[in-house]
Amino acid sequence: MTETLPRLPTLVPPPIELPERAAALRAEVRTFLAGERAAGAWHPRADVWLSGWDERFSTELAKRGWLGMTIPAEYGGHGRTALDRYVVTEELLAAGAPVAAHWVADRQIGPSLMRFGTEEQRQRFLPGIARGEVYFGIGMSEPDSGSDLASVRSRAEPVDGGWSLTGTKVWTSGAHRAHAFFALVRTSPRDERNRHAGLSQLIVELDAPGVTIRPIPLLTGAHHFNEVVLNRVFVPDAMVLGEIGAGWHQVTSELAFERSGPERFLSTFPLLVALVGELAGTELDRGRRQALGGLVARLWTLRRMSLAVAGSLESGLAPELAAALVKDLGTRYENEVIDAARLLVSMPPDPGAEHGYARLLADAVLHAPGFTLRGGTNEVLRGIVARGLGLR
Amino acid sequence: MRGEHRHELRELAETIFADARSRASASETGFDAGLWTTLEQAGLARLTLPEAAGGSGGSLTDLAVVLEAAGAYAARVPLVETDLLAGWLAHAAGLEVPAGPLTAATAELTIQPTGDGATVSGTLPRVPWARAATAIVVLAGDRVLVLPPAAVEITEGSNVAEEPRDTVTVADVTLGPGAVAAAPDGATARLGLRAALGRTLLLAGAARGALAESVRYAGERVQFGRPIGRFQAIQQQLALAAAEVAAVAAASAAAARTAAADGFGADTTAFAVAAAKARASEAAGVVARIAHQVHGAIGFTREHALRLVTTRLWAWRDEDGSEASWNDELGARALAAGGEGLWPLVTGAP
Repeated sequence: MTETLPRLPTLVPPPIELPERAAALRAEVRTFLAGERAAGAWHPRADVWLSGWDERFSTELAKRGWLGMTIPAEYGGHGRTALDRYVVTEELLAAGAPVAAHWVADRQIGPSLMRFGTEEQRQRFLPGIARGEVYFGIGMSEPDSGSDLASVRSRAEPVDGGWSLTGTKVWTSGAHRAHAFFALVRTSPRDERNRHAGLSQLIVELDAPGVTIRPIPLLTGAHHFNEVVLNRVFVPDAMVLGEIGAGWHQVTSELAFERSGPERFLSTFPLLVALVGELAGTELDRGRRQALGGLVARLWTLRRMSLAVAGSLESGLAPELAAALVKDLGTRYENEVIDAARLLVSMPPDPGAEHGYARLLADAVLHAPGFTLRGGTNEVLRGIVARGLGLR
Repeated sequence: MRGEHRHELRELAETIFADARSRASASETGFDAGLWTTLEQAGLARLTLPEAAGGSGGSLTDLAVVLEAAGAYAARVPLVETDLLAGWLAHAAGLEVPAGPLTAATAELTIQPTGDGATVSGTLPRVPWARAATAIVVLAGDRVLVLPPAAVEITEGSNVAEEPRDTVTVADVTLGPGAVAAAPDGATARLGLRAALGRTLLLAGAARGALAESVRYAGERVQFGRPIGRFQAIQQQLALAAAEVAAVAAASAAAARTAAADGFGADTTAFAVAAAKARASEAAGVVARIAHQVHGAIGFTREHALRLVTTRLWAWRDEDGSEASWNDELGARALAAGGEGLWPLVTGAP
């Protein structure tokens, strides 16, 4: 009797190599970024996809065809692959470039509109997204609905020609500057036997009557998060995304794309660059070299994992389990960079510094709590992994 | 097509290694001669060696699949040593590759040229599987030697997984011209990278094996009226182990692919193998610790099969370079690259 090991689910898809053309694209992006840096257009920052709002920069990227890359040309996009977009995105994040303005629209709104949107919705939003001029927020969390997203209470009542939306959304990054957001709302009463039923996604323009946006300052005092109060906001039928009642399915299918990208391990990479810059040319003892080398080994591994998931997504699969693992490891790694930086260089973090190591360290320390929360807490992700392993 | 071929190879390897493990009791140690014969018959014992050297002419990515499975089932055979190390070294040096299971060593030996051959003396510490090998292929400075076991003294030793790690004493052994040759270019570095890659792939398998055993046990073991895998505390621990297993799988597969594409002389391969072995060695301890914690006392006994993979995780993480030594090298590379060169180093895109 042969005793085989129990089969495990696919924890990581097979390795991929980027296509040949990626090298030229990468070189173009690097040349552009070097020019921006040389001109002093911005300084590298940590956690740029939350905090680096720079509309000029977004439109410069758009001019070069680096926004809406996967959107078809008929909607103003560039019809390129998700792997091409991966190359551009990782270069921007590694450089600490200010990508926050277009971030949500480019990463998930464009693909969601292509997947679930109507022709009218695509025509209306996609060209502006690809031009780097139309920005979006995410309207999922509520005061009483964080990890338990299915408990959202915002509700939309049917009215003549559309829906009347009432409720409160929180932690909406950039809502005070964005044009619209996707709100996850109840369109039929809660059913305890099927908690995921009766949810829908509506596209809400943030200047609509009845929308009130209030800042929720971060612990630094910086304004990125908002509370978005919706008081009988009229949303026309034409702005329902996908199907009424299919909101849960639509939202969760976005998440595999959202959890495995380079933004899940590169939030503190600019700090690592500054750290190596501080240490290069000094006499480093073996222990410090090893600590630095450990960060390099983990980073290289995370990137290979993330690329493997990107390759799997590109081939039409939805590797939810592998994506959750990338995010768990990657966001913990972002914190490990901070600890190594603190211990390897004696320089106190300085939030008042204009730029450089002390400023990067301060920003990284103060933004760190968000890394392992956003996009599903690491504990929730491990629950997804446990389900994948057949434990629940 | 390639994917299908690899899937078949994986199934074949899993079946062979699972059979071998089912035949033996958990307490058996040492060379599994029956398994070796099966591997030779299936063409897996010398997968990457060219046909001219008695091999199957397969790719490194094929071998990666087989070694991962060997690690998962704790196979007691010198696959890495025969195919990736000794076979390659002898063949690359232009020597005939001896038949049977082989092993390899790098050592300082005293070599006196005698006619067309040489007389050699010295000690080779901790040679894997020496007692089971039909030949010991040694990289000694700029020479490659093929030592017949009958001519040397073998003192048995082991690693923490009870795998043979023997001391080989060589006292004035005279070798003919067929057993001595000039070493190929860069042999020391290449042999080190080959050994580290092989060990990394074995570690990936052992890590997967430990996780699979733990998931099964957590589903079967009942405490407080339900399987322990139903408790979030256990689920969270197993999810952490799964993350480590996934990291090792990704790193080892990517390193094998880089080595297959660029060769062991390439700087890209040197970087990838260093990073992969460092990451795998780091993960090994985490996976073994969680596997034992989930298994409770039974996993800590000799009768339980868990130890076959956990002791290998502990042994292999330190062999062919621990994370300390590979991280040291990676740290030096990062410092040489400087801040601006770090991202090009990590992406392999200058």
